[in-house]
Amino acid sequence: MAQIEIDGKQVTVADGSTIIEAAEAAGVYIPRFCFHKKLSIAANCRMCLVEVEKAGKPLPACATPVIEGMKIFTHSEKAVQAQKSVMEFLLINHPLDCPICDQGGECQLQDLAVGYGGVSSRYQEEKRVVFNKDFGPLIAGDMTRCIQCTRCVRFGQEIAGQMEMGMAHRGEHSEITTFVGRAVASELSGNMIDLCPVGALTSKPFRYSARTWELTRRPAVAPHDGLGSNVALQVKQNRVYRVLPRDNDAVNECWLSDRDRFSYEGLYSEDRLNKPMIKEGGQWRECEWKDALEYAANSLNLIRQEVGAEQLGALASPSSTVEELYLLKKLMTGLGSGNVDHRLRHSDFSADAYRQGAPWLGRSVASLQELDRVLLIGSSLRSEQPLLAQRLRQAVKRGAHLNVVHVADDALLCRVAHKLIVAPDALAQALAQVVKALGERAAVDAEVQPLLAGIEVSETARSIAASLTTGENRSVLLGNVAQHHPRYALLHRLAQEAARLSGAAFGVLGEAANSVGAYLAGALPAPGGLNAGQMLATPRKAYILLGVELERDSYNGQQAMAAMQGAFVVALTAYKHRAHEFADVLLPIAAFAENAGTYVNTEGVAQSFRAAVAPRGEARPAWKVLRVLGNLFELDGFSQDNAEALTSEALGNTPLADKLGNALRPGMNLVLDKPDGGRLQRIGEVGIYQTDSLVRRAASLQKMSAAPRAWMHNSLLAQLGLSEDETVTVRQGDAAIQLSAACDDTLPAGCVRVAAGHEQTALLGGLFDEIRVEKSKGQQQTAEHTPS
Amino acid sequence: MLSPAALQQIDREVAKYPPQRKESAVMSALRIAQTERGWLAPETIEFVANYLEMPPIAAFEVASFYNMYDLSPVGRYKLTVCTNLSCTLMGAESVAGHLKQKLGIGFNETTPDGKFTLKEGECMGACGDGPVALVNNVRMCGKLTPAEADRILAELE
Ligand code: SF4
Ligand code: FES
Repeated sequence: MAQIEIDGKQVTVADGSTIIEAAEAAGVYIPRFCFHKKLSIAANCRMCLVEVEKAGKPLPACATPVIEGMKIFTHSEKAVQAQKSVMEFLLINHPLDCPICDQGGECQLQDLAVGYGGVSSRYQEEKRVVFNKDFGPLIAGDMTRCIQCTRCVRFGQEIAGQMEMGMAHRGEHSEITTFVGRAVASELSGNMIDLCPVGALTSKPFRYSARTWELTRRPAVAPHDGLGSNVALQVKQNRVYRVLPRDNDAVNECWLSDRDRFSYEGLYSEDRLNKPMIKEGGQWRECEWKDALEYAANSLNLIRQEVGAEQLGALASPSSTVEELYLLKKLMTGLGSGNVDHRLRHSDFSADAYRQGAPWLGRSVASLQELDRVLLIGSSLRSEQPLLAQRLRQAVKRGAHLNVVHVADDALLCRVAHKLIVAPDALAQALAQVVKALGERAAVDAEVQPLLAGIEVSETARSIAASLTTGENRSVLLGNVAQHHPRYALLHRLAQEAARLSGAAFGVLGEAANSVGAYLAGALPAPGGLNAGQMLATPRKAYILLGVELERDSYNGQQAMAAMQGAFVVALTAYKHRAHEFADVLLPIAAFAENAGTYVNTEGVAQSFRAAVAPRGEARPAWKVLRVLGNLFELDGFSQDNAEALTSEALGNTPLADKLGNALRPGMNLVLDKPDGGRLQRIGEVGIYQTDSLVRRAASLQKMSAAPRAWMHNSLLAQLGLSEDETVTVRQGDAAIQLSAACDDTLPAGCVRVAAGHEQTALLGGLFDEIRVEKSKGQQQTAEHTPS
Repeated sequence: MLSPAALQQIDREVAKYPPQRKESAVMSALRIAQTERGWLAPETIEFVANYLEMPPIAAFEVASFYNMYDLSPVGRYKLTVCTNLSCTLMGAESVAGHLKQKLGIGFNETTPDGKFTLKEGECMGACGDGPVALVNNVRMCGKLTPAEADRILAELE
């Protein structure tokens, strides 16, 4: 600890802290531009100059460590003179176009110019102009405004893991740019907008649509990945104009993924369902809520009476709130059906009977940063959980070993210690190798031991095992690909064993904003009830769909759509999507920002939020719709008048932590079959901007999303007689679609990677099932052949 | 993109640094690439960046910072006249003016026959010899006068 004096105040601060930190602790604000608590120190703006006793020149507070007895003056004449001079220099080339600048009103340069700027400028010469570059659909650049603080550059290098911005040229000609004006590609790029202290980088979707002081801030929780980032919705006249992060070091720190930041655009999609609709005699017509609800209830009742309640099924999106999922389950129970599920993209439910708690991260989000050893299984982490990937990147920077067992070798933008990249049907084998290698040091559980009999341990598996047995803090993490995998139960059991043998925390990454909450709210089959897979494989006579876009949210879109044919379908949905093709009643529900409720994030923390804007059109919050349905069915317990009352009913009084747990009860029937090399397998991960209905309709994000292609190893291309960029026919089950072939030599042999969740790929089959690829017959004529 | 010989030269530079610090060789690698390709096109910079496992923008930062790297094509002979203080005091402006008039081009321009490019340079650390100029980044000519400049031009065929 060091005893110092700031502006006459005695303060004790930790050794090695900088003056700016010490001043912060003492409640003294020092002006700054380039300094940011989460970035390295650049000390290039010089706005933070302060006077230090016995130092001849003013010193930059952000880069000067305190020493015992230091006397600092942040507001002395000398300090203020230095700060004013810096401000004068900064303003020389600044365009001062505040009236037309989106940053106006929340600009640090503007704010500090009030305190340190002159009334008029002594500079009469020509100001420099920097030509704008196109940074892509998300970031607008007005680079003449840039003050060269390099926060955006450091963000790329240090947080995003990929340096996209840089400072080109020299001296007065320096300018911030991407390489030859390329678009910014990082999935965290929007944070540069927040970091930029001036209006050089602003939000393109928000551009010129409102002044910042017209907007009110409403807190909310981001609805996409399992992190549950804390956001502020900026609202004007009942419309969300912008989404910003709220600082929360336990969750998202001060960051936000682009998916969470820009998805609000999807609220204003043309595809929103604004009025209830019923299909009568094959014709859709808009109707009153009352009619739609009564029609739905009567029809469901009739079906229940005719064919029995087990012919009813309910499928819900894991982005629904705890309250909605709880009421859905309650409704189904009241109707006598146990067929409820939210795990539409899962394909293996055999661990269900052995589950002991809600699958969760296994440790706190913030502690990911302190990990020393990680085994990441079946996860394209950057698209699944962009900010958790960022946390792991920080851990790796500290020296953590990140080990990967996965089906694709996508860049994680940090050093990967060891990796096993195998075809989906060899994933369990690969994991078994690691378990067996760990078993060379400790006794493998008797239940798992027999599986390892024929397994040959590769060098890499042994290295992963060796890595996992060192270091203090360890985690084994299961991602979406593992959870959607046809042998999920086995992967889960093996991962659990790997964690046990290595003394690591075992975590399952929550796929959606409320995956953990869905388990806690009971959106799962009751004993004897059918899970999502069974409900779609053995079609029911009637379905209630809650917030799902079945064709793009299911493991097997084709099968899901087939199940809907001939069934009576009540869809509670914010969007029309394809539901009009198969549903009978469409009930418009409130989307993100329009709804009150609770999400439980992957760490098991419940975060409640209120509605920030009124629902579009006649849409109503789904929990209210379900409540009315419950009453129409004359069921008990559907009289809650606010979401809070429901929350406590749904989550109960026991601490949530007691209900979390990843370990499976012993006794599961485990078989580890040999990969069957004969057939092509699909690697069907969900694209980063295809995860749910809202983001799929966010126009700017969609511009960032590459069209799906049939990616494969060049040896497979050759074997199939295909060439890159050629249009090929991709088949699964009854569906055949045309995609362009693409070459990726990091993919395992025998695999075709076709992203899921896209409209084009919606009707293909299972995400990790067999797939066929062939030359397209009768390819569209190329331009040369068309007569002009 | 680069010849095996150039790559070999780059490898020799890379070997001077720890293996995980390949990008430390960026300045030499850019120089070698420029010598071979005549100038540093974006593709050339990107190639070098990938070769050294660094972000292309980081290589571009370096390439655009130093003015001995040419980001656009130059003539067969690039004449860089120092116009910093010492050289200017010693008459750099009249030398530059003479060259401009003789070649019919201004700074950062190339003669129509593609033979000469004229550039303005920063201090080359040879103030005692001022005014100085560099030919193709490698040959330094000092104590320049218009007459001396003519002599050098005549030499460059
Ligand atoms: S663009 Fe903004 S963040 Fe980047 S250097 Fe310029 S002022 Fe700083
Ligand atoms: S904040 Fe200290 S130099 Fe910029």
